[in-house]
Amino acid sequence: MNIIVCVKQIPDPETPASSFKVDEAAKKVIPAQGIAPVVNPYDPQATEAALRLKDAAGGGKVTVVSLGPDSARDAIKHALAMGADEGVLLSDPAFEDIDNFQTARALAAAIQKIGEFDLILMGRASADWDMGVVPLGVGTLLGVPVVTVAKSVEADGSKVTVERVLDDGFQKVEADLPAIVTVSNEFGEPRYPQLRQIMMAAKKTVQVWSAADLGLGDDQLGTANRAMPLEALYQPKVEVNVEVIEGDSPEEMARNLAQKLRAAKLI
Amino acid sequence: MPGTLVIAEVIDGSVSPASFELLGAARKLADEGAGPVAAFVAGGDAQAQELIAHGADTVYTSSADPSSLAEVLLPAVDAAIEQSGATIVLIAQSSLGRDLGPLLAFKHNTGVAMDSTEVKVENGRLRATRSAYGGNARAEHTWKSDPQIATLKAKSHDPLEADSSRSGDIKAIDAVGEARIRVLSTEKAESTGIRLEDAPIVVAGGRGLGDASGFELLEQLAGTLPSAAVAASRAACDLGWFPPALQVGLTGKTVSPNVYIAVAISGASQHMAGMAGSKNVVSINKDADANMVKVSKFAVIEDYKKIIPALIEEIKKLG
Repeated sequence: MNIIVCVKQIPDPETPASSFKVDEAAKKVIPAQGIAPVVNPYDPQATEAALRLKDAAGGGKVTVVSLGPDSARDAIKHALAMGADEGVLLSDPAFEDIDNFQTARALAAAIQKIGEFDLILMGRASADWDMGVVPLGVGTLLGVPVVTVAKSVEADGSKVTVERVLDDGFQKVEADLPAIVTVSNEFGEPRYPQLRQIMMAAKKTVQVWSAADLGLGDDQLGTANRAMPLEALYQPKVEVNVEVIEGDSPEEMARNLAQKLRAAKLI
Repeated sequence: MPGTLVIAEVIDGSVSPASFELLGAARKLADEGAGPVAAFVAGGDAQAQELIAHGADTVYTSSADPSSLAEVLLPAVDAAIEQSGATIVLIAQSSLGRDLGPLLAFKHNTGVAMDSTEVKVENGRLRATRSAYGGNARAEHTWKSDPQIATLKAKSHDPLEADSSRSGDIKAIDAVGEARIRVLSTEKAESTGIRLEDAPIVVAGGRGLGDASGFELLEQLAGTLPSAAVAASRAACDLGWFPPALQVGLTGKTVSPNVYIAVAISGASQHMAGMAGSKNVVSINKDADANMVKVSKFAVIEDYKKIIPALIEEIKKLG
């Protein structure tokens, strides 16, 4: 079974709020000092699903694709260290600050260039912009069905069976291959690469493709060709309005808190 | 502008509360010059009348199964866009909306703003505000082309009071899409007690609890409050102290209770992303500088092990 996994490198979502800064004029996040970017937290679960499906099928290839700057190689290396076979980095100055509409186009073009695939797996969303749009965009562009928010994925040679997480429950669905499935955190813990695998991953091939390699021109990329221009990016003003509950003992603090909550009709 | 189309949803036979919030937002846009308000619903005349009472001028009904997946509803929604001439489409950020918004956008070569918290008309175009980077940033978007599609975060807009004297047109649409994804079964989440997302009060614990036994205290506190649920941060779940299914945060559940009691939670963006919509935050934390304390209405700066047992007693006394 040939599987393509799309991964993304993002600023660490565990970054303390005090270290998070935005350049409002440039409409960009300023990378936090000393905090390295990480693989989007849903993506290792997509890679894990791919590796399990390849094992269950008794063979095939798992190809990891990432769009981003040269540092995004690390996100690919992480998936390779988990056990994926090959990597493709889509990197080009023209990809900087593109929106999810353009990202989906670039990924779809890359997937077409890779060629044969049975299944594409992605995280349910990226934790930076948290939109979840790209998988459905790639599906529309490639003309394949997209099954979203999976907690389990099984596949045989012809179809994929997925348990989806809904707002108020679960749903079991199936679709013919090829298809796209997005994986959610309910899938469970991904494997953690061991040192030996990390060293082996260093020997695996990572191809680098530019916009031109994908047949994408200047009329499709750059911020000028976003479907949705970003008009403003800023940090919301947090009005610190906290009332610290005083008291000479924990019991008194607790009593004062209980009374405040009751007076405010909160309990 | 030629108007807004709201995609209403019917769940278990009733129009979802989020649908009425969409209509409230669409009427606000109409006041700002966006034109008339149309609604689409996979439902019948009864549901259409409800939508009209809540602000729709025209309702397009489809006889498709209301629980259909987005790809099945897509052609009917498209027909409603075409017939209404709407240049704005509002969809709930629901299981359906998460799929329908992007599918619709790519079909029309346009963009979609997911989980928007505010929509307004500016210079004749839609402008949507949404949260990014786990609530650390706000982004404002516009659209290059129509339709301008946004999904709205639950409870971000108020519904209008139902007015049964309002009148409107009801038109049937019979387009149905191919079901490439076949639904085999659907089950509701088992409801032992109150669902975390519906609980008016949430008591949540973080890494600062120190060990799993801290959650027993939180359970006891929740037990003394009416309709309270217990949740945890990702850090606490990763440590195995609490079930991951009850994690609040970016990679967990999103909640917006009236009261969120954050116990020993520092407030990293990962966690804030899941609870930023809480109306009133109460912090119990040893660290007065914790981010969670800053966003709180009330805070107690003390060891939770000393405060919670006393708080349980005090709440019992209040009755």
